[in-house]
Amino acid sequence: MRAQDKDHEKVIFEYSHPGRGATDQWPQELPDSATADLPQKLRRSRRAQLPEVSELETVRHFTRLSHLNFSIDTHFYPLGSCTMKYNPKACNQYAMLPELLGRHPLGPESHGQGFLACMYELQEMLKEVTGMQGVALSPMAGAHGEFAGVAMIRAYHRSRGDLARNEIIVPEAAHGTNPATATMCGCVVREIPVNEEGDIDLETLKAAVGPNTAGIMLTNPSTLGVFERRIEEVARIVHAAGGLLYYDGANLNAILGKVRPGDMGFDVIHMNLHKTFSTPHGGGGPGAGAVGVSARLRPFLPLPIVGLDEGNRYRWLTEKDLPQSIGRLSAFMGNAGVLLRAYIYMRMLGREGMSQVGEYATLNANYMLSRLKSAGFDAAYPSRRASHEFIITLKRQARELDVTAMDFAKRLLDHGFHAPTTYFPLLVPECLLIEPTETESKDILDAFVNAMAQIQQEAEQEPERVTSAPHTMPVRRLDDVRAAKQLDLRWKPTA
Amino acid sequence: MAFIPHTPADVEAMLATIGVSSIEQLFDEIPASLRVKSLDGVPVGLNEMQIGRLMSERARADGRPLCFIGAGAYEHHIPSAVWAITTRGEFYSAYTPYQAEASQGTLQLIYEYQSMIANLTGMDVSNASLYDGASAVAEASLMAVRANRKSKSLRVLIPRTVSPMYRRVAIATAGNQGLRFEDVAYSPDSGLTPVEVLKKYEGEDITALVIQQPNFFGQLEDVDALTDWAHAHGIFVIAVVNPTSLALLKPPGEWGTTGKGADIVVGDGQPLGVPLSSGGPYFGFMTTRTEYVRQMPGRIVGRTVDLNGREGFTLTLQAREQHIRRAKATSNICTNQGLLVTAATIYMSLMGPVGLERTAAASHARANDLLMALTSVKGVRRAFTGPFFHEAVVLFDRPVAPILTSLANRGILGGLDLSEAFPELGYALLVCATETKTLSDINSYVTALGEALQSAVRAA
Repeated sequence: MRAQDKDHEKVIFEYSHPGRGATDQWPQELPDSATADLPQKLRRSRRAQLPEVSELETVRHFTRLSHLNFSIDTHFYPLGSCTMKYNPKACNQYAMLPELLGRHPLGPESHGQGFLACMYELQEMLKEVTGMQGVALSPMAGAHGEFAGVAMIRAYHRSRGDLARNEIIVPEAAHGTNPATATMCGCVVREIPVNEEGDIDLETLKAAVGPNTAGIMLTNPSTLGVFERRIEEVARIVHAAGGLLYYDGANLNAILGKVRPGDMGFDVIHMNLHKTFSTPHGGGGPGAGAVGVSARLRPFLPLPIVGLDEGNRYRWLTEKDLPQSIGRLSAFMGNAGVLLRAYIYMRMLGREGMSQVGEYATLNANYMLSRLKSAGFDAAYPSRRASHEFIITLKRQARELDVTAMDFAKRLLDHGFHAPTTYFPLLVPECLLIEPTETESKDILDAFVNAMAQIQQEAEQEPERVTSAPHTMPVRRLDDVRAAKQLDLRWKPTA
Repeated sequence: MAFIPHTPADVEAMLATIGVSSIEQLFDEIPASLRVKSLDGVPVGLNEMQIGRLMSERARADGRPLCFIGAGAYEHHIPSAVWAITTRGEFYSAYTPYQAEASQGTLQLIYEYQSMIANLTGMDVSNASLYDGASAVAEASLMAVRANRKSKSLRVLIPRTVSPMYRRVAIATAGNQGLRFEDVAYSPDSGLTPVEVLKKYEGEDITALVIQQPNFFGQLEDVDALTDWAHAHGIFVIAVVNPTSLALLKPPGEWGTTGKGADIVVGDGQPLGVPLSSGGPYFGFMTTRTEYVRQMPGRIVGRTVDLNGREGFTLTLQAREQHIRRAKATSNICTNQGLLVTAATIYMSLMGPVGLERTAAASHARANDLLMALTSVKGVRRAFTGPFFHEAVVLFDRPVAPILTSLANRGILGGLDLSEAFPELGYALLVCATETKTLSDINSYVTALGEALQSAVRAA
């Protein structure tokens, strides 16, 4: 009966029958003699427990599972700081040409000139849109790019014999990856506050920098959804103290084509190609976290990088070209297929499309903010322009109606909208961080605002309807405490 | 072509609502001196027809050579269903499943993946994946430091038979936190790490021993002896394995004679339905014992119940992670390689235990055919004695690089030249075959090799 339930799909092992399988996909059975040279003591004694299901059962099962997901292709997904914009189908189609999929990472450069040309041009375009002097593509996610960036900062100081610099300054509103990265790089984290308007407190910053300062990690526009207006002053203070500036590219979509991190004074940046350059999020990866640097950090870039020789041949740069490199962060060259998708996206947008991204992302965010304010919601930073995202705070609703930001988020699911980012940044109570992106139409934005207004009305008249949401999803709210206490992390046959 | 749906009327209405006269005005908080003047370094945009043509030309330039390179990335048959489903928008364009109620598809899939990988490696629990096999070795080493309470040294033994590509990533990543990776020599006859060379570490504080099976040369290590030695000295065993091989070989959970098995198992999941694609995206897998699960990095999915008591799936044990613990997290990782895990889970379902075993056996049998054919050529012999799996080292009587160039000109990628990473081996080549190669492919290789050697003789 349960298999008929559109909201419930059995675990695939429960479809399994010994002897069944997608047999047409298997190589022919070989006699035991084919593997007789593998010694018995190194072999498996019984087969691994994998499902035994037909091809059609497999296709149905995973297709049904897909129906239980929200996605950009099916739903508006205004998840702040995640830039859930349309992933053009062409990017997938043309990154999956058979020659590109079949290319071995250790294949010779003679059989990779087409691929390498794409990577080289991607490096050049990323330099141009960020204002940086060098780019390496291999980090495999934003956090991985952060790691490369902070490792380069450390390597730079060390190369100058400046060994005391091990402190990374992070604003308190920063993504959790920033402090976690600093720790992974063997640094100490120092958090500094922001003021009431969302800018960094310059006096605190001046007091925080010193001979131990390795650098500062900033997102601009910040995680508060506002542009750090005194960024040039921040850069002067940090540079004067001997530190470097790290740009977290999480919010690059806001300023694409409008202002460049290199021009703001940043020494090193990472870009989330899965955000700004629209490669798919894939249910949580793969991402791509390319890094860019100013001239003085170029010798430390992670390898490999694609170079262009005088004979117009593309080749991999290696340790011989960059002896001071921080090294290699992936077995080969990172998420090449993701990089191809970003390349295709950037070539389609072209220079004129780049600035439209920043413009329309900002237009959509400011429009939504205006409409939500008119509908009675409280902006966290009412005096400021929104960047490509903005924060509303529901602390009034929580206090007066006992309905929280999480309740609003869950009720939005019932309206067919993915929830905004909830409870981040941590310093704004009961917050929703909303990022519509440039690829959404006014109609969708209006529908979302109307849903918020309806939920507000419901919260006033029938609050339990909101606090017990969602009601129409495959499951109701889940017992997270039980999940963490009675660990069930893999399927086991019931006896 | 920026995929923007706004009509001029929309823009006008939106600006009026905001109360500004132009989009430009929305950027008035950014200092004018910082504004971009031009982006001339970016070419003008292409439409889909134009980009399609450009990419097809680029792809054609790379061609489709016959590939006998392995070394950590393997060409296996991938059923059409794998990527037909994986690229469905519902999987492809979804985010990390933070909103569990709207992400049950992705969450259940990861739970199924965790179950399959735990079963394949013979371990208790799996995470939702890491970036790739190399970064998984780095993360496993950091995890061993946290989990091995008997050791304070931060010293990790990494035999030279472990992939040099994995070693350098481990050093570049975990070296920043003070971990020291120490080489262990291999036997020139067998290409294996003998327990005898480890004896000199007895009595010293060592955190972990990395054991790769099959090792980088394709040779099969005596994993039982190595595991027993490590455990006898309070050293964690980090197993690095090829998932295809596990259909035939002993799972790391059963390594050793004491029943304890490896402590942490990692590897690259690429052979499970992920195309070669110039090196990525792939995914790293990691499994461990239940007692160490709280030291494991990365996402983990658990099964639980909802308000109505109905079963459902959610991210769990998040107190380990960066968005909660910030500077004290087990890792800074915040994604997994979700889409690749999707492909691998579908692949493992289609293959099942029997199909995966046949894939491993067919790959190995083909590698035996390849070795026999290559070593029948004058001046070519095997580098090592003893058992191997689907990949092996052969030695030439002259430098390998010109031979490989000559083969490539004939449309054949003959293997990986080891002369730079392992100069002591002489003119060594690492070759690999999988079930995708036919006897006729092997004949083409041997014929081209004969020609390449001939032309080299003529040139001399």
